[in-house]
Amino acid sequence: MLTIQEYVKAESLEQAYELNQKKTNRIIGGMLWMKMSPLNIRTAIDLSGLGLDKIEETPEEFRIGCMVSLRQLELHPGLAAYTQGSMKESVRHIVGVQFRNLATVGGSIFGRFGFSDVLTEFMALGAEVELFQGGRMSLEEFSRRNYDNDILVRVILKKFPQDSVYLSMRNTQTDFPVLTCAVTRREEKVCAVIGARPARAVAIYDEADLLKNGVTDASARAFADYVAEHVVTGSNKRAQAQYRTHLVKVLTRRACQGLGGEAK
Amino acid sequence: MKVTVTVNGRKIQEEVACDLLLIDFLRSHGCPSVKRGCETSNCGLCTVLMDGKPVLSCSVLTVRADGHVIETLEGLQEEAEEFGAFIADQGAEQCGFCNPGFMMNALALFRENPDPNEEEIKEYLAGNLCRCSGYEGQLRGILNFLEWKKEAKQ
Repeated sequence: MLTIQEYVKAESLEQAYELNQKKTNRIIGGMLWMKMSPLNIRTAIDLSGLGLDKIEETPEEFRIGCMVSLRQLELHPGLAAYTQGSMKESVRHIVGVQFRNLATVGGSIFGRFGFSDVLTEFMALGAEVELFQGGRMSLEEFSRRNYDNDILVRVILKKFPQDSVYLSMRNTQTDFPVLTCAVTRREEKVCAVIGARPARAVAIYDEADLLKNGVTDASARAFADYVAEHVVTGSNKRAQAQYRTHLVKVLTRRACQGLGGEAK
Repeated sequence: MKVTVTVNGRKIQEEVACDLLLIDFLRSHGCPSVKRGCETSNCGLCTVLMDGKPVLSCSVLTVRADGHVIETLEGLQEEAEEFGAFIADQGAEQCGFCNPGFMMNALALFRENPDPNEEEIKEYLAGNLCRCSGYEGQLRGILNFLEWKKEAKQ
């Protein structure tokens, strides 16, 4: 059971960062996953008063505050248009509307969970993260880092011209995914990001130029086999590694076919 | 910590523990419709509206509700009674345990999207688990209610 002795609604990021340096203190996002742990938190640090619950859209980028809910991502018309619906697809299977009204982008990304739909989608879209102390870096790099006491302030999504398709496989509706797969094509390069392996999402680029001449049934299959060869999968109570590797091939092929043949 | 929460139009000021969950705060203030189910943020039984949006009260700290407006089924009697009759007509309430959460989320759906199609209804209510009805009766009840609303408007 989660216990909290003190609660501070942070008045600035500086204050939140300072408090967060103590091991027994924690930043609470949506608190949905944290609530499942038997943690004894000395001071819960709440960022909800810092105006970080907004999606700002400029002609160049989206700036998504860490306290933006998954439901906001799902309903944002600019994100829907830019991602051709893949953003909505990546979150709409996560439990229910009530859950997605609470779960935050910051909590989902900072946790770098091995079941995360959100991490998979943003990585594939080439997003960057802005850390209070660490500054900006690609989400792909951030996903490989160890946990520390920094604060994820926002996620930045540059508006590169790109196509994206998101797919996931679940044993039952609203459950954790057995596998997640997001495929994007920008500057004529295709990248597949595979998550819920069940481990942190990884990006596999088409270094062999298998899709260089466009997406056909044969080239999509070849790239799907290539991705499956390069992704390590594991077993848990939801699925075995062998089944997950099979899903890597199926979902990658389908996602590539969803991209269509025309490059942007 | 001292909080001020507006529950069904009534302003409540109280000193609460930092880890008191909203569900427990609401139940101790005359809202027994807010049910404790899975406690893993999955079943939707504890659904309430926070500033008009459906949330899981088992997963919100009361201190986070400070300054916010909360609505439970107790505060939406009239709206719920009208809709509830259509659910009862289908025998879809069955054991009744999931009903308050289901009703709250359905009412949130109607506010957000007054004319949802079948797919939109299923998607919006996916986070409300029911172990008796198989969901078909609930879906029929919702569709009949929406049809009745449309006819009443004309």
